[in-house]
Amino acid sequence: MSVTTWGWLVLAFPLAGTILIGLGYRRMGRGPAGWLATLMIALAFASAIGALLSLQDLDEHGRQVTSSLWDYAATGSIDARLAILVDPLSVFMALVVTGVSTLIHLYSVSYMRSDRGNARYFAYLNFFVFSMLVLVLAANFLLLIVGWAFVGAASYLLISFWYRRDTATAAGIKAFVINVVGDVGLVLGTFFILRHSGTLDFLGTFDAVHDGAFADHRGALVAGCMLLLVGAFAKSAQIPLHTWLPDAMEGPTPVSSLIHAATMVTAGVYLIARMHPLFEVATPAADLAAIIGCATLLIAGTIALTQTDIKRVIAYSTMSQIGYMVMGVAAGAYVAGLFHLMTHAFFKALLFMAAGSIIGAMAGAQSLDRMSGFRRAMPFTFGCFVVGGLALAGVPPFSGFFSKDEILAFVGDRGGWYVALYAVGYVGAFLTGIYTWRMIFRAFFNRPCPEAVELEHGHLAHAEHPTNPATGEREDTDVGFPGPEHVIAEREWRMKVAMGILAVGATVLGLLQIPNVTHVLTDYLEPTFADSRFVHVHPPNGLIWFGMVLGTVVALLGIWIAYQVWVKRPGAAAAMQARFPALHAFLVNKWYFDELIDLLVVRPWAALGAFANRTFERVVVDRTLVGGATGIVRAGSQAVRAIQAGFLRYYAALLLLGGAGVVLYFLIQSS
Amino acid sequence: MALSWYLVLSALIFCIGAGGVLTRRNPLVILLCLELMLNAANLALVTFARMHGNADGQVFALIVMAVAACEVAVGLGLIVAIFRRRLPIDVDEMKELQG
Amino acid sequence: MSAVIFFIAAIGALAGAVGVVSLRNPFYSVLALVGHLISLAALFLLLRAEFLAAGQVIVYAGAVAVLYVFVVSYVGDGTQPIGPGGARLRAVAMLFVGALFVELCIALLGSGLQAIDGKGAPYVPGFGTPADIGEALLEQFLLPFEVASLLLLGATVGAVMLARRRFGGTTIEDVPYQPGQYITPRSPFSGTMAEAVGVVRGPAEPVLRVRDGYILGERELRVRERVPAGDGDPSASASTRGEA
Repeated sequence: MSVTTWGWLVLAFPLAGTILIGLGYRRMGRGPAGWLATLMIALAFASAIGALLSLQDLDEHGRQVTSSLWDYAATGSIDARLAILVDPLSVFMALVVTGVSTLIHLYSVSYMRSDRGNARYFAYLNFFVFSMLVLVLAANFLLLIVGWAFVGAASYLLISFWYRRDTATAAGIKAFVINVVGDVGLVLGTFFILRHSGTLDFLGTFDAVHDGAFADHRGALVAGCMLLLVGAFAKSAQIPLHTWLPDAMEGPTPVSSLIHAATMVTAGVYLIARMHPLFEVATPAADLAAIIGCATLLIAGTIALTQTDIKRVIAYSTMSQIGYMVMGVAAGAYVAGLFHLMTHAFFKALLFMAAGSIIGAMAGAQSLDRMSGFRRAMPFTFGCFVVGGLALAGVPPFSGFFSKDEILAFVGDRGGWYVALYAVGYVGAFLTGIYTWRMIFRAFFNRPCPEAVELEHGHLAHAEHPTNPATGEREDTDVGFPGPEHVIAEREWRMKVAMGILAVGATVLGLLQIPNVTHVLTDYLEPTFADSRFVHVHPPNGLIWFGMVLGTVVALLGIWIAYQVWVKRPGAAAAMQARFPALHAFLVNKWYFDELIDLLVVRPWAALGAFANRTFERVVVDRTLVGGATGIVRAGSQAVRAIQAGFLRYYAALLLLGGAGVVLYFLIQSS
Repeated sequence: MALSWYLVLSALIFCIGAGGVLTRRNPLVILLCLELMLNAANLALVTFARMHGNADGQVFALIVMAVAACEVAVGLGLIVAIFRRRLPIDVDEMKELQG
Repeated sequence: MSAVIFFIAAIGALAGAVGVVSLRNPFYSVLALVGHLISLAALFLLLRAEFLAAGQVIVYAGAVAVLYVFVVSYVGDGTQPIGPGGARLRAVAMLFVGALFVELCIALLGSGLQAIDGKGAPYVPGFGTPADIGEALLEQFLLPFEVASLLLLGATVGAVMLARRRFGGTTIEDVPYQPGQYITPRSPFSGTMAEAVGVVRGPAEPVLRVRDGYILGERELRVRERVPAGDGDPSASASTRGEA
């Protein structure tokens, strides 16, 4: 089969899954929906592998293949087609997305077993995978925007999955609104670029840029790229459009692991990597992206140090790691950034899955304050946390080490003020080690908490009443709320299989890009990035070795400090918190970004809306326009109604008047 | 006699009848005035028949007479029905069919 | 000669018409109508419409007017004085009607209608005879003839339906007569032309006296006063009734 046929199949399977489950959920019970969904994504993964193999069969210079299914509007100035682009980058993304998704679907079959919205969940999840694949396989801006919007919608549906929880629906709306802001940026950016490139097609746009279409319009290109960045930052949760990501942890844990760790939040990274010809010309935009990425990784790292909700710690670590990826692809380290994307997908999904397991053991509670000492009770989960934590912190030989250091080496090699970003990157790595292992030490070491003791005796704890972990209010286990049953990995083979595969990946994937030794991804991705001016840049070996050593030292130092504070000296954390209360408050409140956005954006808009309602809507529209129009009609009809007075003689008079009028008319006419 | 005299007479009777319809309150009398108007029309028709030497106008007038008889029957039936329900026989009081 | 008859008939018709419109008592209006109809029959004769003249007398003056008389007797001559705002309405109506008349005269006599021939067509023997009309009805105008009969049927059924008793409803015949029930206010007018044109006015309110359940009219009142009240001997009442 041809490459593009495989490409269409990759899209077709999740779509079929969504439609079948969405329309037939009444016939299927809880079991079949989950298995069907998992099967569909597995088939999509197989198709992606088929696409990979047939792509590699093609000649090196012909590895960017498009296929159009239908022309929406192919006129002179705009060419809107339903077309996919199969090239190394999109197949890479498709493989990551479908691969991790298959494992997460498998995990979800167990995790969402007792939930009444099971079929709805899998329909949404398949829809999400379909949308993400549309996004990465799109061959033109139009389909990209469609996929972008669908992914935002799927994220909303899944975040507010337990829709009877007010916190969940509020979080879903917040995520959606910020995503829409990003969508606006994306569409406007597309427009700016379209104006001078004349085509919506990616390859056509890149050719136009290379041919100098923007030579006189560099300002438009920079503006367009900056607007694209707005979209990328909203989707990838970078400062300042990041506030939705921590709240998005209201969704079920597999959703967090798929959407907010492995796939959706990487869409921004994919966008910058895909648009690299544009960003390499619009250097101010690329510089801005690098700075924002760097700022994000630092800020997120500091916030994660103080968070007590286990899922939020992992969420902030996601934000931080994506900051690395954004910084990497903005600086020109495309392969490194994408490599980090892949490894991050594995170990972050693993961490989330393990977090889901421990939350199950805690009967739904997510607070680190209540967890401790689960090491003996949950060995498998502990092992997964350790593997994921080591990969995240960047300890060799785990995959995270190689990918992170490759990015930082490239950034450092860029020179100039990029050296500052390089330094901040290592500070961020240090913080990463601390907060990751803070989480692991707090949850698994020290004296076992009551739930851990119960589990050691073989009994899974159950909460008296189901409660909302964020607010503590009592809930239900009906539809729109989590199901009554809690699952842990130790007892579910599906969860074990999924987490096991991810753990293996997190461990060994580093082998793909060992510096100076293997360059599997570099070779593979070469056709896409062949036109980049950074593709042949190779950091000097000295810098690479220095970076690797520094990275290892920094990571191990972070782990050691975390051990000291949270295991060895039990009161140390509290003492530090007491010494720096202001700093602690600042970090716990997430640098007050939410409050700032509320002050700068939400309140003025709300005031504007209230004003519009009070004056414009009520007075002008309601009273004048609507009231006026209806008033005129009512007055007119009242005037006309007066003719129907009910008096017979009045009617007779009108009759005779009319008759006289007719006679008069004929009289005048005939004379 | 010049035929236009008959026509003028017919017009005069018609107008008198119209005035009666507009002025009187008793529905019976209104019906009577209506009869006046119909008769005026009959007169005009017969005049024109005479004018053209064609009996069509007379036949028309005959049919008008029949129609007038029908209308009177129904109208008087209405008045009887009103009287039987003890409603006032006054056209100004019967004004419920209004907008 | 025909001119004389024309004028007599025309004046009769006009008088009848004015009487219909102006007389207060509906009964008298009906009688005025009958006069009008007979005058019109005379006019028809002048116009060589013999059959129609006969038909007018038999059908209109004979049947329709009698029907009117029946209903007026049943319903009663409930005459009211002109209501509020009536004088103004009268003036406006007369004005309008006058205007209409003027308009029609212009139409008829003005130079616009050339087709009005003063003399009329030459006489054809058999014009206007029953035979002629009958032939026209059954040959040319068969359909209108049949439809008219259908219309008559419909009117008959309609009249019966309207005036019949309804089940469950009480009509005026269900309630036994209470003495003094029919206070359909007696007309304060006696029906002269003087009253019609507004020269003479009747009393503002009728004075009613009831004896033995009967309302006494003016003549009875006057007679009553002559006879000493309170005797109640039947011979006096009998003589009063005989006089009245």
